[in-house]
Amino acid sequence: MSYKKRFDGREFDQTREIETKTKVIKRADGSAMFKIGDTIAYAAVYGPRELYPKFMQNPQKGLLRINYSMMPFSGSGERVRPGPSRRSREISMVIEKALSPVINLEDFPNAVVDVFIELPQTDAGTRCAGICAASMALADAGIEMKDMVSSVSVGRVDDKIVVDLCYDEEAYEDGPVADIHLAVIPSTGELTLLQMDGEISKQDLLKAIEMGKKACIKINEIQKKSLKENYISKDKEEKK
Amino acid sequence: MSELKIKEKGVVVPGEVLAEGMDFLPSNGTYRLKDKILAKKLGIMKTEGKVIKLIPLSGKYLPKKHDVIIGRIIDVNFSGWSVDTNSAYAAMLPIKDATSEFIRRGADLTKFFDIGDYIVTQITNVTSQNLIDLTMKDQGLRKLREGRILKINPHKVPRVIGKQGSMVSMIKNATGCQITVGQNGVIWLQGDPKGEIIAIEAIKIIEEKSHINGLTDEIQKFLEKNKVTDANEKYSEKVKVK
Repeated sequence: MSYKKRFDGREFDQTREIETKTKVIKRADGSAMFKIGDTIAYAAVYGPRELYPKFMQNPQKGLLRINYSMMPFSGSGERVRPGPSRRSREISMVIEKALSPVINLEDFPNAVVDVFIELPQTDAGTRCAGICAASMALADAGIEMKDMVSSVSVGRVDDKIVVDLCYDEEAYEDGPVADIHLAVIPSTGELTLLQMDGEISKQDLLKAIEMGKKACIKINEIQKKSLKENYISKDKEEKK
Repeated sequence: MSELKIKEKGVVVPGEVLAEGMDFLPSNGTYRLKDKILAKKLGIMKTEGKVIKLIPLSGKYLPKKHDVIIGRIIDVNFSGWSVDTNSAYAAMLPIKDATSEFIRRGADLTKFFDIGDYIVTQITNVTSQNLIDLTMKDQGLRKLREGRILKINPHKVPRVIGKQGSMVSMIKNATGCQITVGQNGVIWLQGDPKGEIIAIEAIKIIEEKSHINGLTDEIQKFLEKNKVTDANEKYSEKVKVK
C-alpha cells in the first residue's frame, strides 16, 4: 500500500511523453520512429519483395516477417548480446501476430514484407513501442491495412492499476507487480495482443484493459497525425 | 444522414473514417465497416458522385498489362531473360518476344542482352500469381546504352509525364536531354552532363511537390533559372563528331 504516487509524477492513467516521426530511413520503402518516454523504437519496412528460400513462399498470400532486436548498448548498461535470442524471437513472433490481423497481403502471393525493429534505447514497453512504430512504417510503405495498430503496456504496481509502466515500476520490489502488454485495433476495439507477467485479479485485469484501450486510442491519434505531417507541411509551403 | 468526414483531396491514413452513413459507396483503397467507410491505405481521398476512392501516395509499383517500363536484366536462362521490374516480382522476357532477329538454338543469349543491361520493355501479361511477361517487339522498345538511371516513387510517374507528356517534353526542351519514363518509376536520361544534372533536379522537385497546384509553372521557372545555353546544339554536334 506504499505505492501512492508514480515515480515520475504521472497520473495513473497517463502514458509517458510520445514523440513520433516517419520517413526516418531513406533507403527503406517505409519507416518510422516511435519514442515513448525513454524507450525508442525504429522500424523499417522493405517490400513487398520476392521471398527466398522458395520453400517459405506461400502461393495464397504474402508473408509478414518481423525482426525485433535490441541494440547492445540499449539497456541499463549491461551489454545486450546482439543477434537473435530466445527472447527476441518470441517478441518478433508476438509482434507479427499482433499486426497480421489488420494487414492484407493477398495481392502479393509468394512475396514477403520485411519489418525490422531496432531499439537504440530501452526503458520497458519495448514490444509495444515496436508495434506502434511498425504499424506506422507499414502504413508509410503503402501496405494495404484495415487499420493501424496501437499498443501500450498496462499493469498493476502494488495495489494501483497503471498505464505504460517504466522500468522502475516493472522492477518494483515492495509489492506484487503485473505487466500486461496490449495491442488494439482502434476502429473496432479488438485486442490483437494480450500478454502478462506477474499476477492480477480478474476485476483488476478488466479494468486495466479498459484503461489501456483508452490510452491506445490517444496513441492512435498521434500516429495518424505524424503520418500526415509529411504531406501537410508541404501543402502549407505551397500556400506561402 | 450520411456525411463526409474528410474534405476532398485530404490526406488520409489507414483506419481513418472517410464517411458515415449508407449513402456512399466504397471503391479503390477503401472498405465498409458497419455504416462507416474507412481508408485502407495512405493516400489522397477523392469522391466521384457517391463513390469514394483513394489515390495511394506510397507503395511499390503494381505491374499492369500494356505498361511500358524500364527493367534491368538480372538473369539469362535457356528460354529467355529474367528482368527486375522495380516491383515485388521479377518478369520474364521470352526469346520469341525479345528480337525480330533469328536466334539459333543454343546461341549465346548474352549477345542480345547481358546481365545488368537496362531495357525499355512492355508488359504483355500479368497472371493472378503476378508472373509478368514482357515483349520488346514494339515501337520505342529497346536496349539502353549510356545515360543515367533515376528511380522515383512510381505513384508520381503521371505527374512527371504531365498531361500528354507536357511536363517531360518541357524538361527535354530546356535541358536537351533524351528522357524515357517507365511506368514503374525508373527514368532513363541522356544528354549533356550539365543538362542531365538539371533534368534530374527538376524531376526530383516534381516528385517532392507532386501534389501542389501550379507545378508546371514552378518547374518552368526552375528550368529558366538554370538554363543550359545551346545544350541541344552542343550535344548534337558532339554526336555528329563521333
